[in-house]
Amino acid sequence: MLPVTLQQVNKRYQLDSVAVPALADINLEILPQRFTVLSGPSGSGKTTLLNLIGCIDLPDSGEITVAGENVQQMSDSALADFRLHHIGFVFQNFNLLPVLSAFENIEYPLLLAKVARPARHKRVKMLLDAVGLNEKSQHLPGQLSGGQRQRVAIARALATQPQWVLADEPTANLDSHTGASIIALMRQMQRELAVSFVFSSHDPQVLAAADDAVMIRDGRIVAIESKMAVAL
Amino acid sequence: MSVITLALRNLLRNRRRSLTTLLAMMIGAVAILIFGGYSGNINLGLQTNFVRSAGHLQIQHKDYFLYGSGNPAAYGIKNYASLIEVLRNDPELKPLLTVVTPTLSLGGIAGNFSAGVSRTVIGTGVWVSDQNQMRRWNEYNFPGEAKTLALTGTAGNAVVIGNGVARVLQLCAPLQLKNCPASQAKVNDGPAAPDDISALSQQANAENPKQATRAVPHIELLAANVHGAPNVATLAVVKAQGFGIKELDDISMLLHLPQAQQLVYGQETPQVTALVLQLKHSADLAKAQARINTLLGTTLKDQPLAVYDYATLNPSFGQITGMFTAIFSFISLLIGAIVLFTVGNTMSMAVMERTVEIGTLRAMGVRRNGIWRLFVCEGALLGAIGAIFGVVLALLLAWAINHAGLTWLPPGNTEPVPLTVRVWGETRMLFSTGLMLVVLAAISAWWPARRAARMNIVDALRHV
Repeated sequence: MLPVTLQQVNKRYQLDSVAVPALADINLEILPQRFTVLSGPSGSGKTTLLNLIGCIDLPDSGEITVAGENVQQMSDSALADFRLHHIGFVFQNFNLLPVLSAFENIEYPLLLAKVARPARHKRVKMLLDAVGLNEKSQHLPGQLSGGQRQRVAIARALATQPQWVLADEPTANLDSHTGASIIALMRQMQRELAVSFVFSSHDPQVLAAADDAVMIRDGRIVAIESKMAVAL
Repeated sequence: MSVITLALRNLLRNRRRSLTTLLAMMIGAVAILIFGGYSGNINLGLQTNFVRSAGHLQIQHKDYFLYGSGNPAAYGIKNYASLIEVLRNDPELKPLLTVVTPTLSLGGIAGNFSAGVSRTVIGTGVWVSDQNQMRRWNEYNFPGEAKTLALTGTAGNAVVIGNGVARVLQLCAPLQLKNCPASQAKVNDGPAAPDDISALSQQANAENPKQATRAVPHIELLAANVHGAPNVATLAVVKAQGFGIKELDDISMLLHLPQAQQLVYGQETPQVTALVLQLKHSADLAKAQARINTLLGTTLKDQPLAVYDYATLNPSFGQITGMFTAIFSFISLLIGAIVLFTVGNTMSMAVMERTVEIGTLRAMGVRRNGIWRLFVCEGALLGAIGAIFGVVLALLLAWAINHAGLTWLPPGNTEPVPLTVRVWGETRMLFSTGLMLVVLAAISAWWPARRAARMNIVDALRHV
């Protein structure tokens, strides 16, 4: 499994006539099968960095490699396919499709990936079991609590067996107890399914659980803390 | 989980808005179908009227249609009886035909000389039994019984005149016509009829002594015979009736064919001005016309004849159907525009409300065309549901109208007919209206769907 690498990555946003730098000269390697947190104050650029890693945004300059692929060279459709097969997303507001049940929400990426029905159902049941929501499988998101919705979102992110799961402030809308259980669940998933998790968060619980923590301020990496060596 | 299932569930998210859009489409579909059924009924009703009175096709001297009305004797069809036999026994035409019958049109002056009044008229000599059979033609199943010709069972010198002719000839009272007030104008005491005309009249009276009873009013019909000399027939007016429009009421009369031939041809071999052919089915018209043209060029090439269809012989048919087609097209266009904007607005709102969802789907790996397909599918589904309910509602409404006992007087008719709208069974109209709604709704969703598909993922996810 290959790391995510960013070399001399810059990103600016245009606000009216003013170009606002979001990331500057980012060089980073995120190791696979780790629990990595991008941390920093609001507006520091951690969500922008997460979006670049997740291939839903492209840098103004620099090079990003995910799973050995140089993502800047890909067409929009190729990037969509790449995300489908290699990257899962967990959002702060869960972002489940409200018209689909928990089961169907998890099944949806597998349908996009054209997985056959028996394999699809087997995978969804396994994930529902793993996140402890077997009994809620036919519930719509509106009938679930915040913690349950986030569990469904985690299961959905893991559906296509991606190498990377990116989570943007996954505990921000949860109480501390539920947030802790969600972190524990993700940690468990990361270990059991050998998947790499990257978070943007300033939640101390998330930071405490991380293998690696990348500190960002004003669009620059100011520190990297790791339980093992991280190459810059 | 197909795109259609997902689209359907998305439509049910905002039920009130979807219902409002569906109602707009249903009303549109009903308006198109009811008016289409109404105008279709008028077209078929007109066709039925023309076919009942003058057949699908007429064989005439090739110049009669343009020049012959002023001098029918010069454009007559000779040996018409043998022509009729050829037509009736032709192996290709025979299975298509219901009636082949001769008619003779003539112009003349009708006079009620005892009252000192006269007017120009156009008379048509017909075979009553054939005409009665033609009046039973009802391919489109219009309600009501076919009425027989007023000449049925009458003497050879009987005539049916238009209400306007009766009015001018001061026959309203003898014929007990309603709504026919006597003129207050003083009739000039002009000179008596010329001696030769009076002599002809007396001769005609002498040839038909039964008229002496004068149980019914009589008129004299003066016409030019085949040699250009005047000829007079004394005719018993059995009825005055409407001929559809005032211009015809004021000039028309129907008489027995032998009587008309006697007037024009006298002792000469009688001719006719047209052979009227009525077909079993209007759909066979082109086939029958082609066959007749072939016969006219081969077996029947002795005379310069031509065959015309009812639409050519009655230009008003094309004008009326064209007018209704134009109105129908205009209404369809307006409703199409309403559907376009209603569905477009609904889909635009859906795209705006689901911006974050669009970003989520794109992040998950849905391609741009997947997003586009989803919203176009939602629009088309709205159109399909609106079309289905619209068609059902239109069928129910049409049934209610058809059973409400309403009547109206169509153009060219003399009596009110049931007001009906022809929706049930009009598969082509139902299908094309439904398809139009689906396509329009999909087109309406096209632009919002395109906008959704082209959204920047990060911006969409940030949308509040």
